[in-house]
Amino acid sequence: VDEEEEYECVSVLNSHTQDVKHVVWHPNQELLASASYDDTVKLYREEEDDWVCCATLEGHESTVWSLAFDRSGERLASCSDDKTVRIWQQYKPGNEEGVACSGTDPTWKCVCNLSGYHTRTIYDVAWCHLTGALATACGDDAIRVFEESASSTPQQPTFSLTAHVPRAHSQDVNCVAWNPKEPGLLASCSDDGEIAFWKYQRPEVC
Amino acid sequence: MVGPAGGAPLENANPLIYRRSGERPVTAREEDDELPDSIDDREIFDNLTHLIRSINDPEHPLTLEELNVVEQVRVKVNDAESTVAVEFTPTIPHCSMATLIGLSIKVKLIRSLPERFKMDVHITPGTHASEHAVNKQLADKERVAAALENSHLLEVVNQCLSARS
Repeated sequence: VDEEEEYECVSVLNSHTQDVKHVVWHPNQELLASASYDDTVKLYREEEDDWVCCATLEGHESTVWSLAFDRSGERLASCSDDKTVRIWQQYKPGNEEGVACSGTDPTWKCVCNLSGYHTRTIYDVAWCHLTGALATACGDDAIRVFEESASSTPQQPTFSLTAHVPRAHSQDVNCVAWNPKEPGLLASCSDDGEIAFWKYQRPEVC
Repeated sequence: MVGPAGGAPLENANPLIYRRSGERPVTAREEDDELPDSIDDREIFDNLTHLIRSINDPEHPLTLEELNVVEQVRVKVNDAESTVAVEFTPTIPHCSMATLIGLSIKVKLIRSLPERFKMDVHITPGTHASEHAVNKQLADKERVAAALENSHLLEVVNQCLSARS
């Protein structure tokens, strides 16, 4: 790498047909996920010195704005203009559940759809790697937190709303981020120009 | 007849023209300075410094109200919840100006209303061939912002929004 140029472009991926809103790396695999105005999520892996699109996740009915992997990387959360959060689960070839895979690529299936909680576009979703809590940033100025409920099973996870701050900001909340070291510490930012810090505590009964 | 570009013919050369509604009678409640002004449907529609009704059509020397592209009945305001929804009706189902008209309405609202307002601008259902695509663009704040960074497009929008001389 040159002294003057810090980065060298190794690949350009143009699988999406419209604007790409977000990209995120898998926590422990060489896997990239992207979210787009074309309503899909795409996954990419490296193959012989180049990157290829190895999966397309369809299901959202409008622009997908953001993505977040859970700590294990077995699950991916996506949030959308369709006001839902979807949870996708990875199924590797030869999996016990009998989910079909093409070749050596894992399949991703939507195992949960959180709908009816948000009243406007959801711009961001963040998955806490310490506690497993899911936070969302919404165009209705609110921040919400979801946790997996007691009745949740690995193949059919269920989440319940454990926190809802209706006027977290005075305008759209664009982004939320969990602190990687301190459990329950959440940062958020908004069109109103402000950044806020929140302390979240998991309720007793979920 | 030629359009603003000078060369291309107008899409809708003979639009129906609707009469403008008259000035709204001032109510006693409004004359009372003690009571706070809330924003209602008519006010959004009215000339609160040149709001929607007087937006110029890109093709004709007429306002959107005169072409019935916007009507008061299709403007819904909820001041308490800070929401505004405006439905607009393109004059013909394949109107290629639909996105531009929608964008002009959106920009007018953004510039005129307090920041607390959530603004929803969409095409009257069933009146345009690409209404889903147009509505989706207008609802995407990044796309709207990107469009307004295009100086030529911004100029056209500003022309739609400027007062008629």
